[in-house]
Amino acid sequence: MKALRNFFEKTKPHVQKGAKYHWLHSTHDSFFTLAFVQKNTSKSGTHIHDYIDLKRTMGIVVLALVPALLMGMFNVGYQHFGALGQLETTGFFDIFLFGLLKVLPVIIVSYVVGLGIEFIFAQIRGHEVNEGFLVSGMLIPLVMPINTPLWMIGVATAFAVIIGKEVFGGTGMNIWNPALVARAFLFFAYPAQMSGDSVWISASGIGQMADGFTGATPMAEAALGNTDLNAWNAFIGLIPGSIGETSTLAILIGAAILILTGIGNWKIMLSTVLGGVFMGVLLNIFAVNAYMAMPFWEHLIIGGFAFGAVFMATDPVSAAQTEKGKWIYGFLIGVLAILIRVVNPAYPEGMMLAILLMNTFAPLIDHYIIQGNIKRRLKRVQQSA
Amino acid sequence: MSDKEPLFSKKNLQLLSDPLNSSNPITVQVLGICSALAVTAQLKPSVVMSLSVVAVLAFANVIISLLRNTIPNRIRIIVQLVVIAALVILVDQVLKAFVYDVSKQLSVFVGLIITNCIIMGRLEAFALGNKPWPSFLDGIGNAAGYGAILIIVGFVRELFGSGSIWGYKVIPASWYIENGGFYANNGMMILPPMALITVGIIIWVQRSRNRKLIED
Repeated sequence: MKALRNFFEKTKPHVQKGAKYHWLHSTHDSFFTLAFVQKNTSKSGTHIHDYIDLKRTMGIVVLALVPALLMGMFNVGYQHFGALGQLETTGFFDIFLFGLLKVLPVIIVSYVVGLGIEFIFAQIRGHEVNEGFLVSGMLIPLVMPINTPLWMIGVATAFAVIIGKEVFGGTGMNIWNPALVARAFLFFAYPAQMSGDSVWISASGIGQMADGFTGATPMAEAALGNTDLNAWNAFIGLIPGSIGETSTLAILIGAAILILTGIGNWKIMLSTVLGGVFMGVLLNIFAVNAYMAMPFWEHLIIGGFAFGAVFMATDPVSAAQTEKGKWIYGFLIGVLAILIRVVNPAYPEGMMLAILLMNTFAPLIDHYIIQGNIKRRLKRVQQSA
Repeated sequence: MSDKEPLFSKKNLQLLSDPLNSSNPITVQVLGICSALAVTAQLKPSVVMSLSVVAVLAFANVIISLLRNTIPNRIRIIVQLVVIAALVILVDQVLKAFVYDVSKQLSVFVGLIITNCIIMGRLEAFALGNKPWPSFLDGIGNAAGYGAILIIVGFVRELFGSGSIWGYKVIPASWYIENGGFYANNGMMILPPMALITVGIIIWVQRSRNRKLIED
């Protein structure tokens, strides 16, 4: 640690204004603040400095993602050996190791491409490197099917960072959640690699699948009218799906971390679940086919509903900012997600589209909440005057 | 006349070159976006569309400029529309006669050249107040500025969306996933939203090179 600090101290003069390597100053800054808490103090006025800066906030979100990530890794191996029919003969550690080796390259590609672009933009604009990508870089692998080719992950990450974020001015200015932009891009650009029955299970080394084995996700099955669901497996996360979205249990652990540290907004999470339950019950009441009749609570544990509600909808940049607005925003995400899932056969998963749609409308919701507030207070002033 | 200016004076050349950069109809004036998004899925229709607009706009500008002193002000829009419509029908017939398949592809968008804002805009803003020769150059310049963007967008979209240029496959067939390779065409490039994003990127690049264009 001491040596690292000395290194930063020693290199600092070389990147200061006018020095030879000044063009590297934002890179220097970002690595320094990543490793150490800054000791800068304000020169004028009274300020309170909190050690919780953007990097630490992001760090906690990444920490909250770890349970889902580990469970996702295990599930990748579990599905692979399940497809081979070798689950009984393979040890727990081998299953996990297989998943780890499959998922790790995806994470590396996502971070290298994303951070690379972030650094380039920061250097060009002379800004500090923003930390926003630390979370996006972890979210992007978690919302991808395991079989997505690595170059597609790279292209999608580049698209998400440039078109989803940098054109709007970088971290904190984006309209949509960058990780979902990456997923939506792949979903529309390469549908064959992003949906269907064969993308959810790591295929390498599979000669023939075990009898009766299907790689379809529970949602794809349900859309065909086959709503038998092993609810316990779905809750634990042993079902086909995108890497990080399958385990509701791991996501709940992450949700607990986010709520306890005050970083994730519980109002959005709760209202999203309420919206999903509301729409699920409504569909149950007016059910005309098997999918609509599927018990409403099963919607909460299959697909990306839980993952979206906890990690995507709560993105503080793209979500609604007003307190009342958060309830409306979350509720509509839940309603739309279930509605798209069940009613529109072209899109088996509605969570991505629901969140992107509500991201778009979040500023509008905020606008009307604020206008309503202003009107109410104006009335009060006029009455008392 | 002693002050008769040469055919290609500096001012006249500017009429040709300005629309290619600092007053480009699509990226700066943001006109004619609809057809730019609709016909640019491939390079060939983009080029044919650009040439059609060049022909229509150049001749419409000349004709309106010739008539400019005889058109009553109150009915000038109707007169302009008649001129444009006549030219568009001519172009449409020529396309049907010589490049029938492309004309099928362009379908309604040839007819919609009539409503292309660039054409009405140039007639109103330039041809009504200028002599035929500058009007002709202005028409060529603006249509070329429009066409340049169309061709860039068409090139990018066809290359990444279909893996071909001008209908010829440029990405080796063995690269595709179906044939055991790793590559897949980007289906989003075929869809109009990606055309909008491509135009947006062109605008971004242009404005970061030419900072005068950035509005406050």
